[in-house]
Amino acid sequence: MRLFARLFAELDRSTATLAKVEALKRYFATAAPQDAAWAVYFLAGGKPRQVVPNGVLWAVACRKAGIDDWLFDACYQAVGDFAETVAHVLPPPARESDVGLAEWVGERLLPLRGFDPEEQALRVASYWDELDTSGRFLLNKLIGGGFRVGVSKLLVQRALAEGASIDVNLVAQRMMGYTDGRATPSAERYAQLTASADAGPLDLGQPYPFFLAHQLDLPQSDVAARLASPEDWIVEWKYDGIRAQIVKRASQVWIWSRGEELVTERFPEIVAAATPLPNGTVLDGEVVVWNDGRVASFNLLQQRIGRKTLTKKVLADAPVGFIAYDLLELGGADLRERPQHERRTLLEQLVAAHPAIHLSPIETRPSWEAYAELRREARSRGVEGFMLKHRQARYGTGRRKQEDLAAGTWWKWKIDPLSVDCVLVYAQAGHGRRASVYTDYTFAVWNRAPLDAAEARAAVEAIGRREPPRDDALQLVAFAKAYSGLSDEEFKVVDRVIRQTTLEKFGPVRSVRPSLVFELGFEGINRSTRHKSGIAVRFPRMLRIRDDKPLHEADTMQSLEALLALQYAPAEPRG
Amino acid sequence: MAAGDDDLIVQRREGLYCRQGDFYIDPWRPVQRAVITHAHADHARRGHAHYLAAAPAEGVLRARLGDEIDLQTLAYGESIDHFGVRLSLHPAGHVLGSAQVRLEHAGQVWVAAGDYYVAGASDDRREDNATCAPFEPVPCHCFITESTFGLPIYRWQPQGEVFAAIDAWWRGNAEAGRSSLLMGYSFGKAQRILKGVDASIGPILVHGAVEPLNRAYRDAGVVLPSTQLAVEVGDKALLGRALVVAPPSVQGSPWTRRFGDYSDAFASGWMQLRGARRRRSVDRGFVLSDHADWPGLQRAIAATGAARIIVTHGYEAVMVRWLSDQGLEASSFETEYGGDDDELAVGPADAAAASKEAAERVANEVSDRAAARIVPGDDSPVDDAGA
Repeated sequence: MRLFARLFAELDRSTATLAKVEALKRYFATAAPQDAAWAVYFLAGGKPRQVVPNGVLWAVACRKAGIDDWLFDACYQAVGDFAETVAHVLPPPARESDVGLAEWVGERLLPLRGFDPEEQALRVASYWDELDTSGRFLLNKLIGGGFRVGVSKLLVQRALAEGASIDVNLVAQRMMGYTDGRATPSAERYAQLTASADAGPLDLGQPYPFFLAHQLDLPQSDVAARLASPEDWIVEWKYDGIRAQIVKRASQVWIWSRGEELVTERFPEIVAAATPLPNGTVLDGEVVVWNDGRVASFNLLQQRIGRKTLTKKVLADAPVGFIAYDLLELGGADLRERPQHERRTLLEQLVAAHPAIHLSPIETRPSWEAYAELRREARSRGVEGFMLKHRQARYGTGRRKQEDLAAGTWWKWKIDPLSVDCVLVYAQAGHGRRASVYTDYTFAVWNRAPLDAAEARAAVEAIGRREPPRDDALQLVAFAKAYSGLSDEEFKVVDRVIRQTTLEKFGPVRSVRPSLVFELGFEGINRSTRHKSGIAVRFPRMLRIRDDKPLHEADTMQSLEALLALQYAPAEPRG
Repeated sequence: MAAGDDDLIVQRREGLYCRQGDFYIDPWRPVQRAVITHAHADHARRGHAHYLAAAPAEGVLRARLGDEIDLQTLAYGESIDHFGVRLSLHPAGHVLGSAQVRLEHAGQVWVAAGDYYVAGASDDRREDNATCAPFEPVPCHCFITESTFGLPIYRWQPQGEVFAAIDAWWRGNAEAGRSSLLMGYSFGKAQRILKGVDASIGPILVHGAVEPLNRAYRDAGVVLPSTQLAVEVGDKALLGRALVVAPPSVQGSPWTRRFGDYSDAFASGWMQLRGARRRRSVDRGFVLSDHADWPGLQRAIAATGAARIIVTHGYEAVMVRWLSDQGLEASSFETEYGGDDDELAVGPADAAAASKEAAERVANEVSDRAAARIVPGDDSPVDDAGA
């Protein structure tokens, strides 16, 4: 644990990639294999379920520190992180220990879940008593299932590969599914990750690391200059589904999500469609809800994922299909180094023989302007824009850094987000780096267009007097929360305004006298019964502060309704 | 609680005031007679007609406020009588010359501690501030305490460990030929760093704002390793092995360009928190404070035997409630201290604001629902919160 805590501290304070890789290599070179196995699990994003409820941790921490709830809460508000707060309030440890990470997790943490709260409290308190602050912080993160550190899976793979002198892509492939929680990290599994190249992949169902796309963020006028001739590119629609790989080997089908979760059981329709595929086939593509011969909205897919059991009704209401867009393995041969257009040709041939798998269609236009024109149909087609793949591109690993980009890039060329101008009404302090700065905001739109500035002002004054609004009166309706999109400088400015215009405090949340208008962007909009406004938006983020916009010119519920109507409507046949 | 007529110190527009003796303690507006606890800018301001301070503070005070100020000094423990108020100054351990002000009148003893440094739950000489006289508890009826770090999350690790960490960082950089830029307030923090590090690792360079204070410390008999102005060094090899001590204001300024490749670090009590370290965006944060930590505050307060405690700058509301829970008569003064102290200006969100903020929250919140509010991660659900 001490070694891992030191590694964590090094990774946490370093921003340089090279320093992080070096720290990881040092750790892997010295740690016992069973400990390193767990370290890889946590560093690569593995999260065991929370083993002790926060409430229990809170109570023990207060008792050990000799402080009351209110004082702990004051500390928590200042720190902005629960695990760290607990680590700091505890008195210094009574003893030292050097138990390895594997023993910590296997013998101590995981078994905690089986005990009653009293026994849990007793054990946790004794564990705290043998760790220093950084060890406690780490322990609390592991107990709470909230471990996160500023290191990407790619860096971990790089460090392992460099340490073992093998190809990083091989390590990446062997690591697929490492964190899905089905198999416990062990010295053996760790040894397999770094075994020599001839050992090959780990097991039969193992997929390939997903190649991820970069956002093409260019004004239309620069696209042609950046991408050169459209003839060099394969252009497909970008579907809003679940990225997945189908692995068919040894007469068995595996479906892997991009999150490296094995999701085979959740999509029996796709298993059925993939079963006839020849052995030694791996497809990359998108799981979507497939209704009446076309893709339905993501909302429906989300509902289906939300269901624990797949009843007949669920299967009938939201049947899924697989849209294939790449072929990674055929006849047991790895095709990833072959150029995109060759893989595409092989894919077309394969799918022609297996029509239950859908093929992602290719659009062909003579110019980028023409593509841009076609892209306008994206929203009504229920897609997010285009995927651009260079005809010569090989299938890479993960998302490489911007500076490494060569022609082998996949670009997502998305349509502009939907946006509305809305009013800041509630704010909450952030966490971690943003603790004690108000960065999490709730936004509202008018229930109808204000007649003029005076009416809007009167409504704001009524809010200032905390008058409950009359039903027919002009009022602001909260509909979305967002906490990203502003620079630190902008957050500072908004933070100041929030402190100056606070009306009421509800725990950590402040209501403010409405004064700021923001342009809020989001990827999608749907009806929702869970929200008071009746509307839910996807991936909301702040695009900018609209200092130029007076309050009464902010958007309305009708604006949101109009965006809803603009979205893809599944019932309407395409003309 | 209303101030009683017998109170030796009350709060006035100009600052903390002793009616019986007609003088102020660390006033923030110009007055006739000012007793100064220490020479940090927020406590020792310009424009008073007469100054009284502890003898070791003289050099620093004059260096900062000008030679011409009308300054009278007292040795620690020496007392004078002023309109029937017996006044003496006692070491506070914060910076060179820092003092607690003891007042005695009509059988009542009050102590205004100013800023002070005491660390840990038990007395350990190794934790003393080696650049000035260590804090001495002074028995009194009423104790006026600061609360800069008045939350139980603030417990300083042993100084030896902090300096060992600084040395290791410096040594590692020196081996890589990289300058080590350590930022800390020029008065107090800088000298503590100089005093605490292992000067055999390499040359020590300082910023121009630090050197005059080093001089004042040396003149007062504090032994510091030899230092050189960074601007006077052109030798790249020497720069690469150097520890450079500079005020926080140099971060990101052209002044740092001379070092080429360097690692930067910040020394402050606020570096205790991960969020503050990340906000500061330096390579390393070392937890080194000239203020009392939570156990230190508790110990200092208890050692006075005072039944009445008045809390000034910092987490006042938290401290007042905590002390009241401990059966003491606690209240607070609103002061204008803290604004100029490095330990209160930590980053984008001023820690001063943050601490006021947290104090405010405690004052306003009921905490029985507190446990329900733990946020597991950054992903807040989309919802109309608070509505």
